[in-house]
Amino acid sequence: MIAEDLNIILPEIILSAFALVGLLVAVYTTKDKMGGLLVWATAGIFVVLAAWIGMTGEGTRIAFNGMFIEDGFARFAKVTILLSAACVLVMSENYMRTRGLLRFEYPMLVALAAVGMMMMVSAGDLMALYMGLELQSLALYVVASLRRDSVRSTEAGLKYFVLGALSSGLLLYGASLVYGYAGTTLFSGIITTAQGGDTSLGLLFGLVFLIAGLAFKVSAVPFHMWTPDVYEGSPTPVTAFFATAPKVAAMALFARVLHDAFGNAVSDWSQIIALLSVLSMFLGAVAAIGQTDIKRLMAFSSIAHMGYALMGLAAGTAFGVQAMLVYMAIYVTMNVGTFAFILMMQRDGAPVTDIRALNMYAKQNPGRALSMLVLLFSLAGVPPMLGFFGKLYVLRAAYDAGLAWLAIAGVIASVIGAYYYLRIVFYMYFGEEQSEQMDRTGGGVLPVFLTASALIMVLGIINMFGVEGAAQAAAGALVN
Amino acid sequence: MTVFAFYLFATSVIAGGLFTVISRNPVHSVLWLILAFLSSAGLFVLLGAEFVAMLLIIVYVGAVAVLFLFVVMMLDVDFAELKAEMAKYMPLALLIAVVILMQFVMAFGAWESNAAAEGLRTQVTDTTKFNTEALGLILYDDYFLIFQLAGLILLVAMIGAIVLTLRHRVDVKRQDVVAQMMRDPATAMELKDVKPGQGL
Repeated sequence: MIAEDLNIILPEIILSAFALVGLLVAVYTTKDKMGGLLVWATAGIFVVLAAWIGMTGEGTRIAFNGMFIEDGFARFAKVTILLSAACVLVMSENYMRTRGLLRFEYPMLVALAAVGMMMMVSAGDLMALYMGLELQSLALYVVASLRRDSVRSTEAGLKYFVLGALSSGLLLYGASLVYGYAGTTLFSGIITTAQGGDTSLGLLFGLVFLIAGLAFKVSAVPFHMWTPDVYEGSPTPVTAFFATAPKVAAMALFARVLHDAFGNAVSDWSQIIALLSVLSMFLGAVAAIGQTDIKRLMAFSSIAHMGYALMGLAAGTAFGVQAMLVYMAIYVTMNVGTFAFILMMQRDGAPVTDIRALNMYAKQNPGRALSMLVLLFSLAGVPPMLGFFGKLYVLRAAYDAGLAWLAIAGVIASVIGAYYYLRIVFYMYFGEEQSEQMDRTGGGVLPVFLTASALIMVLGIINMFGVEGAAQAAAGALVN
Repeated sequence: MTVFAFYLFATSVIAGGLFTVISRNPVHSVLWLILAFLSSAGLFVLLGAEFVAMLLIIVYVGAVAVLFLFVVMMLDVDFAELKAEMAKYMPLALLIAVVILMQFVMAFGAWESNAAAEGLRTQVTDTTKFNTEALGLILYDDYFLIFQLAGLILLVAMIGAIVLTLRHRVDVKRQDVVAQMMRDPATAMELKDVKPGQGL
């Protein structure tokens, strides 16, 4: 019994054991000098685990009395999380090393955060959900303030921690109300209590608090206030990490809770999610217009993107979940490329985050400017790029589910949002000449990620690299 | 008697919680918090959960609250300034609090648990065993996964505290035990033959 259970969570065990061994080895040997090696080793183990989970998993396996669910949905989310985390880790190595931030704890904390995320997407119980979420969040709070001599970074970490603790409180309160009503914390037990379509007030009350807590984690409006400050204050590679893997994990967890535990009350939560979605899309689009700092801009961009992903969830159908998964996969790929570019924005080796520094960048470095152009078009959802198809997917899911108003709102917000992406393109190609130029070379592996991401955005329109089929299978495992 | 004890403890929990929030002196706040913890421990005893009651006293009163007390006394936080800042947002906060309170009253007024809930809740409790034993069985068997995850979370908290505060200073002399042990007179001392009437 226990051996079977442990066999099912083997990837998580391996990753935890790796983190513990890595910590011990580094502490007893060369400490921070091992940082670079550990970053690569962690990225390597992420890729290996992703390949293993992606290739071998079949069907649905349940461990620990239903607390841990290993199904197609969890596997899709885990592969996305692990691969994006590996990309971001590899991208961060150079930046962190040159700024003396490459401490050996950094890759280990990222590995433990990944364990938390894997637990989140596989959670089958409110307690397992909370434990995974806390493991992930706590590791993220620490890496946010990794640059401890900087006031901004410390502030980012503290702000994230305090607001994160508050949102965890909301989530726990919701969980306790749900437990009070249902008498069990297992998702499989909760879903049976809402059978027959009539949802009790108690369950609904708990659901609202649960959604509020989870919405904070995906930074959906009106629980988004922390995002710009945390994105701006954290070291750039950490920001890149925040914008990718944890978002996928939180969205997957959101879908898991709503469908596995509250799948019989779709009409009750669908309207709440639709409201979160429309608010996020509009605030993300409008508030980003005034931003000149590219990290803050990406924060608002991620808020808007979460709005679109939530639109897929609001549909409440298997197709909606599929659309959400496809959207998240595309979003993560775009963000990896965009942050590779942001990490390369340097002047005399010092990082620049002001977008006006990009004036006439196309003349200085046409290749990188072109890649960024493709990525920005894709982020904005301009037709030939993959980002457009991601948006099309969620819009169709919302429309099919009878949420035509939401789909229309999504299109309008996307047009507004296109302005600030295209403004960067304008600066790069038609801006004013300036005397100070950005560094032309350097970046190590970063140009590879930038180019690869841009290529995927263009070539992906042929068949999306098979993500559609995988997402369909994953969604089918979650929603029956 | 039990009813009397219940109302006594319940009143002091609420009073303790209230004064924790409104008392002016932060040290007093912590002391009121301790009262709230102690009274809730009393409530647990009334429920027949004596192990949890003792845990509450040992862990929360003995460790957490004392830690709070130290933090509050050691940190130089200007509470007057914080309060002034808070006063600015007070009207809006009160409004939101009142709205939420009304909703809660309405929700709990109409509260009813699922029919099967009570059965599910008592199902996990093994009445043939003592509290501590039953808790241990549930914690290490059924909730093994969660227990281990809690361990990982504590580990992350520890790593975090070290990462954010530990500084390796180069200008401090540290004790090197091995070097001390390996010293021998030949290298540690130098004998000089000082001739009378001459310096070195």
